[in-house]
Amino acid sequence: MEYFLIFVSAIFVNNILLAQFLGICPFLGVSSKLSTATGMSGAVCFVITLATVVTYLLNRYLLVPFGLEFLQTISFILVIAALVQMVEIVLKKISPSLYQALGIFLPLITTNCAVLGVAITVVTKEFAFSGTAPHMLNLGQATVYAIATSLGYGLAMCLFAGLREHLAGNDVPKAFKGLPIALITVGIMAMAFLGFSGIV
Amino acid sequence: MSKWHFVTDGFVKNNPTFVLVLGMCPTLATTTSAMNGLEMGLATMFVLILSNIVISLIAPMVPDKVRIPVYITVIATFVTVLQLLMQAFTPAVYETLGLFIPLIVVNCIVLGRAEGFANKHSVGESALDGLGVGLGFTASLTVIGLVREILGSGSLFGWKFIAGDGILAFVMAPGAFLVLGFLMVLFNKYLAKK
Repeated sequence: MEYFLIFVSAIFVNNILLAQFLGICPFLGVSSKLSTATGMSGAVCFVITLATVVTYLLNRYLLVPFGLEFLQTISFILVIAALVQMVEIVLKKISPSLYQALGIFLPLITTNCAVLGVAITVVTKEFAFSGTAPHMLNLGQATVYAIATSLGYGLAMCLFAGLREHLAGNDVPKAFKGLPIALITVGIMAMAFLGFSGIV
Repeated sequence: MSKWHFVTDGFVKNNPTFVLVLGMCPTLATTTSAMNGLEMGLATMFVLILSNIVISLIAPMVPDKVRIPVYITVIATFVTVLQLLMQAFTPAVYETLGLFIPLIVVNCIVLGRAEGFANKHSVGESALDGLGVGLGFTASLTVIGLVREILGSGSLFGWKFIAGDGILAFVMAPGAFLVLGFLMVLFNKYLAKK
């Protein structure tokens, strides 16, 4: 049951883009076409899940036993950068077609704050759901949280890309062209997502 | 020739928020009040100035291929220093800004200035550039925070001027996007007039 609550809350209630403001730069940057948006979401999904598992283990078995928690930021970002590089190399070898699809997005992901954000959140924040006391996530829950969060990222990204494709053909006042109207659209979307708050 | 234009450029011409549109995550997330925006801006400026100085010093020695990882390590070091300082001296601020302090590491402004400015300019110029961009970022964040605070909670830097609640949506997520969007429109208008 708790896994389900984590899942729903991470996708809808605490949507990483619309409620937590993580990963906004790529969200605004590559969301003008639906096809690139899906590609980016796929790559982000993959990297967030992998990075969260690796950094969780690193934190649990290396940093905490030696009392080095203050190194979280620096070690996590290095692990993420190395991981992204490795995923790129492995993917190139194993599945060239997937690499073709995700390739251009992978280097961008290192500086996507959603990845570092989720990695830090699962090791520092206590979670509380209806009926349970606040507690740290275990590895299984952290993985579910990472997957759900990245699905939420993909959902918001694809919805927004769809809207933006329609927006492109419309006659927008000059000062609103480009980013301002996009931001206002996201604002309205975020308002819609507020409707989910309170279910978990 | 005066070097002050390195500082003033960061304000209008290279304004990180409204012109370069970098570092959107902290811009949207931490501007629930003017004070929070100001604090986030100052924290970023601290890292920006120090990392600009160090990177401009080490840039000639760093091989081209590994420069990005090196820069990120330098930035992450200063972020860790900042985290420890804030935990020691301003624990309440550290608590409010939370996740977004460690996330300064991946703020594109900091890496952007390292890659785009500090690695080909002198130490003094890089420090001034860090100061200018940092101040520009702080100013934009404070303005956004100010608007959201006035509309959302009816107060000004914590001083309440109307009784009761404001329009709560402006303190929550949608307000962040809307306020930034409309401020950007005003900024565009202003630039178009000039």
